[in-house]
Amino acid sequence: MIQFTNVIKRYASGQEALSNVSFDIAKGDMVFLTGHSGAGKSTLLKLIACIERPTSGQVVVNGRNLAHIKRAQVPALRRQIGMIFQDHKLIAERTVFDNVALPLVIAGLHNPVETARRVRAALDKVGLLGKEKQLPVMLSSGEQQRVGIARAVVNKPALLLADEPTGNLDPDLAAEVMGLFEQFNRVGVTVLIVSHNLGLISRFQRRILNLEKGCLLSPTEALPCV
Amino acid sequence: MRLKNYLLNHAYALVYSLGQITRTPLSSMMTVMVIGITLALPTVLYVALQNTQQLTAGLDNVAQMSLFLKKDTHEQSVTDLAGQLRRNPDIATLEVITPEQAIEEFRHSSGFADALRALEENPLPFVLVIKPVTFHPDTVARLQATLQELPEADFVQLDMQWVQRLYAALGVVERGVVILAGLLGLGVLLIVGNTIRLGIHSNRDEITITKLMGATDAFVRRPFLYAGTWYGVLGGLLAWLLVSAALALLAEPVQHLSTLYGSRFALGGLDGSGTLLLLLAATLLGLLGSWLAVGRYLRAVEPV
Repeated sequence: MIQFTNVIKRYASGQEALSNVSFDIAKGDMVFLTGHSGAGKSTLLKLIACIERPTSGQVVVNGRNLAHIKRAQVPALRRQIGMIFQDHKLIAERTVFDNVALPLVIAGLHNPVETARRVRAALDKVGLLGKEKQLPVMLSSGEQQRVGIARAVVNKPALLLADEPTGNLDPDLAAEVMGLFEQFNRVGVTVLIVSHNLGLISRFQRRILNLEKGCLLSPTEALPCV
Repeated sequence: MRLKNYLLNHAYALVYSLGQITRTPLSSMMTVMVIGITLALPTVLYVALQNTQQLTAGLDNVAQMSLFLKKDTHEQSVTDLAGQLRRNPDIATLEVITPEQAIEEFRHSSGFADALRALEENPLPFVLVIKPVTFHPDTVARLQATLQELPEADFVQLDMQWVQRLYAALGVVERGVVILAGLLGLGVLLIVGNTIRLGIHSNRDEITITKLMGATDAFVRRPFLYAGTWYGVLGGLLAWLLVSAALALLAEPVQHLSTLYGSRFALGGLDGSGTLLLLLAATLLGLLGSWLAVGRYLRAVEPV
């Protein structure tokens, strides 16, 4: 599902965020990505979502080589990816329902009955059914995060990317949110979760990619940096 | 199916853009009002110009040109020439004044009756009084040249110089209105562009999020284009209302003034094609203004 081959990302400032990173995540996998802040975790996610482009090396997502992708083709790629952010990135002026429905509207689904059905199904999965009409500010941080998750899965993407989804949550809520990702993974969604909460992610018995200063450390299936 | 989806996408953007506008009613209203007033000004001038043209159209009756024929021209050739000239498409009416008629009239109106009686023969030539179909300077000049070149022609006298001057003056005013309309149109373009730019700025987060969710440039662009078009349409309607109100207020005093001049002139309103032009121009200016702003600023809003 995701293949990185000798990927280097150097920013215009000269800072090297990723140095020769190679790894492979198979379809249906659930993988954690960890490391200290500034280790390049966010950069790695941005390369997958084509928010940033690699300086050199090859990134392949869902069979598609992002080196040759044109600007106009980026939206179609992003529609296959559900993204979850630490700061939720919900639209403050729109209701929970409208926020969750956004990917469907973007994908061109205009059938209100079908839209409502899928939004409610997504909200049901994260346990927020009944809060459709509320604005994001009326919800707790954990609820907002779950709205973000509902939005990410509403269009049934093949790949879920989560950037510190439990960063602002207390341990119980964090475990609950991680449990949600496991559920999605169980139905075949490939999941990549960035988290520095080692205690939490080690409980899941999943593959862990460890980034340190832009290099992958002793991953089981990844080559070490040279 | 594709077409249906395309239309639904547009319907979504249309409704969404209306929502955007009503969400900030005060600033939207200000924008619409500025556009309305800006467009009302050239429209009022346009209507005033039309009325002036209508007013001057009645003055054409007193303007004419006189073709004085050579003294030795025979009556038969004068009749032939008159018949030939009547077929000229530039000439509306033609009247032949014989030397006898002329001297008779002169005798009556000048008070030189005795002096004229002393003359042995009539010194006056045949005169053709001609009224052109229009008083457009080009037509008049062409006609004058044609008449001048006739072998029988002695000289052509224009009794319409003042009409031509009036037309020339109206031409200057007309050009001025066009220039003013152009400048104010540019102003509308900038107003809409700036409003849309502010809209993009205040919706930065939302735009970033929709782009992250895989929205195409067209999807993000559409509501702003519709918003600009809405501003144009509403501004145009307001301009129409303002012009109509101004004309309604002016109608009575103008009527009064024209009665004092013994005229039956009544102030004409904005005609159908004028209204259509105003609304069309307003809509297009709105669309173009937002299109410029969107092209300039929207691309720069990218997730980082």
